[in-house]
Amino acid sequence: MGRPTLVCGPAGCGKTLLAMEFLIRGITEFGEPGVFVAFEETVEELVDNVASLGFDLQQLQDDNLLVVDHINIAPGDLEETGSWDLSGLLVRLGAAIDEVGAKRVVLDTIETLFGAFENAAILRAELRRLFSWLKERGVTAIVTGERGDGTLTRHGIEEYVSDCVIVLDHRVSEQTSTRRLRVLKYRGSLHGTNEYPFLIGANGVSVLPITSIGLQHAASMERVSSGVESLDEMLGGEGLYRGSSVLISGTAGTGKSTIAAQFCVAACERGERALYFALEESSSQIVRNMASVGIDLARWVDEGLLQFRCVRPSLLGLEAHLASMQELVSDFAPDVVVLDPISDLLHSGAGEEVFEMLTRQVDYLKSSGVTAVFTSLNNNKDAENSDQQIGSLIDTWLMVKLAEGDGRRHRVLYVLKSRGMAHSHEIRDFELGVKGLQVTGVYHPGRVSA
Amino acid sequence: MAEKAAGPEAETWHLRLYVAGESPKSLAAFANLRELCEEHLDHPYEIEIVDLVQNPKLARGDEILAVPTLVRRLPAPMRKIIGDLSDTDRVLVGLQLRAKQEP
Repeated sequence: MGRPTLVCGPAGCGKTLLAMEFLIRGITEFGEPGVFVAFEETVEELVDNVASLGFDLQQLQDDNLLVVDHINIAPGDLEETGSWDLSGLLVRLGAAIDEVGAKRVVLDTIETLFGAFENAAILRAELRRLFSWLKERGVTAIVTGERGDGTLTRHGIEEYVSDCVIVLDHRVSEQTSTRRLRVLKYRGSLHGTNEYPFLIGANGVSVLPITSIGLQHAASMERVSSGVESLDEMLGGEGLYRGSSVLISGTAGTGKSTIAAQFCVAACERGERALYFALEESSSQIVRNMASVGIDLARWVDEGLLQFRCVRPSLLGLEAHLASMQELVSDFAPDVVVLDPISDLLHSGAGEEVFEMLTRQVDYLKSSGVTAVFTSLNNNKDAENSDQQIGSLIDTWLMVKLAEGDGRRHRVLYVLKSRGMAHSHEIRDFELGVKGLQVTGVYHPGRVSA
Repeated sequence: MAEKAAGPEAETWHLRLYVAGESPKSLAAFANLRELCEEHLDHPYEIEIVDLVQNPKLARGDEILAVPTLVRRLPAPMRKIIGDLSDTDRVLVGLQLRAKQEP
């Protein structure tokens, strides 16, 4: 409160939006009117730009809660003759603050003044005066600045605004971009020093701190059926814990998606909601394919209990994926979420980041009490190792494989681990028939299949 | 506060000086401006003083940030000169009464 904050970063990192949201939230959530001084964009441009995020600047201006003032600086058309000061700006700003009783002020981007005035010495002295004047007025200010070469801002205004500095960044790795935010400095406060990914979505800026979700979710004692009776039997006879996370690993064509789909159907039959994130197939393709093994998904889609979200992993950055999933989860409020397959995400970013993102997704779903099913495609030889890292996050880990014996291939399934229950250690045969998935007997290579 | 100097049938110059209160800089700028107009300007002229402390809203009109700012409203094009106008040569250049000198 009452202090200036510097938001700096390269072009296009979201400085203006962050600053604008600061004002708008101030008005709508804290009853603090604001003043936005734009040195670069015109009022009309700003109104248009933030309208895409659902902010109605015009309305706020009409309600006398916000002043958006565009200060037009045409560089080079001023002749400087002797000493001057920035009282004109101060008077103008003061009038705008008084007009709405503003408590918050944004100056975006004050550094453009350096392009307008020749005498940088006077300008620096005047900026110092401006910031102390803002403090005296008791307004909380955000000042934005473009990142310079080796300095936080091009003209070193961090020198004047030294209470709080937020650095934004926009990085591209593996062809997907992630925005990041870091609080470099915040006097008089214990602040997180990490870089946090953030997104500009339909609801403005959202920061998703990796570490914000603690391991404090309550563990449910309730068990839910996996939709396959014999599989439930293998899982201590009662099925999965509600709110647990399940990983189904296996090679191509072993029936991972089928198990996941069956699980969705079981949830819908209980009157619960299921959300299916498909990263490889379209929803109609999944519905058709599942119908071929007797799993009727269309019915539950029609009833509104099952929702598909099909998107290529490369369409969005990892953060954007996570955020869009979380948004959908909080909108649809499902009891079961399927993510099929997570191995595809590995192609959308570096392995470590995928793991981090999945950790947060698992934590998020757990803390919301949602039972989560992930599938993972891997090669036969090294299935257990390749999913080892993610496997440690997971409560119940099922492995599906194709085994050869008796002159044919068998689908086999076993429970690699299942926390908190006495699960079966058998390797079971299963079939994908017209009634869905059926676990038959214990797999035995010498046994003559019935 | 208007001043008129007798002159030929030339166009009247409209000059507007933006100040913020009666600061030494404002007073110096006004004194310098009068002296300069008397000495160098052959046209009839009007000087209008705008005190932004009394009329803050007027700062928006001519995009005034720095004070003192001298605005030549007529003849077109509009010219802006900031500072206390103590550097006579540069004021004359700014008002297009003298060509910019090559360094």
